[in-house]
Amino acid sequence: MAEILGTARVYGRVLRAQIRSQAQYRTSMLLEILGSMVVNGLDIATVFVLFSVTGALGGFNGTEVLLMTALAAVGFTVGDLVAGSADRLREYVRSGLFDSLLVRPLSALVQLAVITFALRRVGRAAQGLVLYIVALCVADIPWTLERAFFAAIVPISGAVFFASLFIAGATVAFWWVESGEVANAFTYGGRDFTSYPSTMYGGWFRDLFTLGLGFGFVAYFPGLVLLGKPDPLGLPTAVAWASPLVAVIAACVAAVFWRVGVRHYRSTGS
Amino acid sequence: MARVQVALVAAGFRRHATYRQATFAGAFTNTVFGFLRCYIMLSVADAAGGAMAGYSGPQLVSYVWLGQGLLAVVNSWTMLDLAERVRTGDVVADLLRPVDPLWTYLWTDIGRAGFALLTRFAVPLVVGAVAFDFYVPQSFATYPLFALSTVLAVVVCFACRYLIGLSAFWLLDIRGVTMFWVFVSGAASGLYFPLAVLPEWLSTILWVATPFPSLLQAPLDIAVERGGTEHALLVCLSQVVWVVLLLLACHWTQSRAVRKLVVQGG
Repeated sequence: MAEILGTARVYGRVLRAQIRSQAQYRTSMLLEILGSMVVNGLDIATVFVLFSVTGALGGFNGTEVLLMTALAAVGFTVGDLVAGSADRLREYVRSGLFDSLLVRPLSALVQLAVITFALRRVGRAAQGLVLYIVALCVADIPWTLERAFFAAIVPISGAVFFASLFIAGATVAFWWVESGEVANAFTYGGRDFTSYPSTMYGGWFRDLFTLGLGFGFVAYFPGLVLLGKPDPLGLPTAVAWASPLVAVIAACVAAVFWRVGVRHYRSTGS
Repeated sequence: MARVQVALVAAGFRRHATYRQATFAGAFTNTVFGFLRCYIMLSVADAAGGAMAGYSGPQLVSYVWLGQGLLAVVNSWTMLDLAERVRTGDVVADLLRPVDPLWTYLWTDIGRAGFALLTRFAVPLVVGAVAFDFYVPQSFATYPLFALSTVLAVVVCFACRYLIGLSAFWLLDIRGVTMFWVFVSGAASGLYFPLAVLPEWLSTILWVATPFPSLLQAPLDIAVERGGTEHALLVCLSQVVWVVLLLLACHWTQSRAVRKLVVQGG
């Protein structure tokens, strides 16, 4: 136990040092925090600009769309806060700096997360949470005990899902150093995908992202569960409750990617 | 002088041609976003009875996929090296050269845009045209006008990013400014949705008072032939005005910045 506390204290110190160093350029720091909140606001505004055209999106009304968008926002922003900087891994792999993480008696993954921690993301995560609470209040939800429990769990599972995605995406750098933007297609692309009801998409693209990659379990299916609506795409209700399970699976997959990746890492030659 | 410019354009082209994996990765990402945005737009248009803000289904398809391709050509999301060179002091080497760094960076960026046109513009265009019902321009004049508008968009975007780079002379760290730029330029340039969807007062302000629509909305509207040839000419004209204004602003800001430059170190 003492050992765990000691380790946690080391991580805490690294984290504090990171935050202090980022707070040095104060104007830029404030602009960044403010900027990332504006950005998040703009992403959500984008959904509602398109919503304004017909007053519905994919057959869902305003508060229903808001609930799904808020679920996507809270999952993405919290996941991004925890693991969003993991994509800096490729700089570490390219420069061989990753060696320095491996030689320390601490988890390389947690070290990477705290070293690359970005303070600017705090504001955005708080904003996502506020939006989610507002969405829960205004949406027409037939509250039951299970639903209340589910409403509390589902943002966490969304965050775990996105954090896993960031980590899995970053590990591609172990094999392919210039991979950066490929992961973006699924992290930022996934964020955009989950911000809209899955009914808006079509063909194999919808099946692949909603079910194959599991993005439907971040906001669309949980939204249906909370609203007590059947899936217009015809999937049984039981599947919709499976979001936490999908998050666990995503975390396991990311862990496997990470382990195999670290084992594959050969440092840079000279 | 012309030799210098050709050499700079070629250098910009070659520099980016070496990043083959990054080019592939970028084209892949643009393509995924293309599918995403295309389905969203089509779904909205479908619910609105086949058209959205005056864009028909095929027009929206072309709009989205050309936008995904042009994004890499205009390249509003990647900053120039300038800010980093200001921070490290390397900018002094740029200033010592006989060519004004403004032009050096501009010609190099045009070379980069040329390479992006052949690769990252072409891939989403082909995928989009295969997977969806694409709008093909009716008038022949659209093609040269689109080309002209694209070149102007590249220069407008370059000048904006150069100004942001110059701000490093005062701020040293430009991440905050960059972030604002990346997202405002995304939403206000017509990348996420055509500006015509916005309330009229807002889209008018954006068109008249900001350079953002010149980045993507302008060439895209020309490509899907929104409003006839006269409208296209007017759009190009507004881009020309922005090119002139922004390059003058770059020139003026740079001369102020150089006056206050103190290179750190011994």
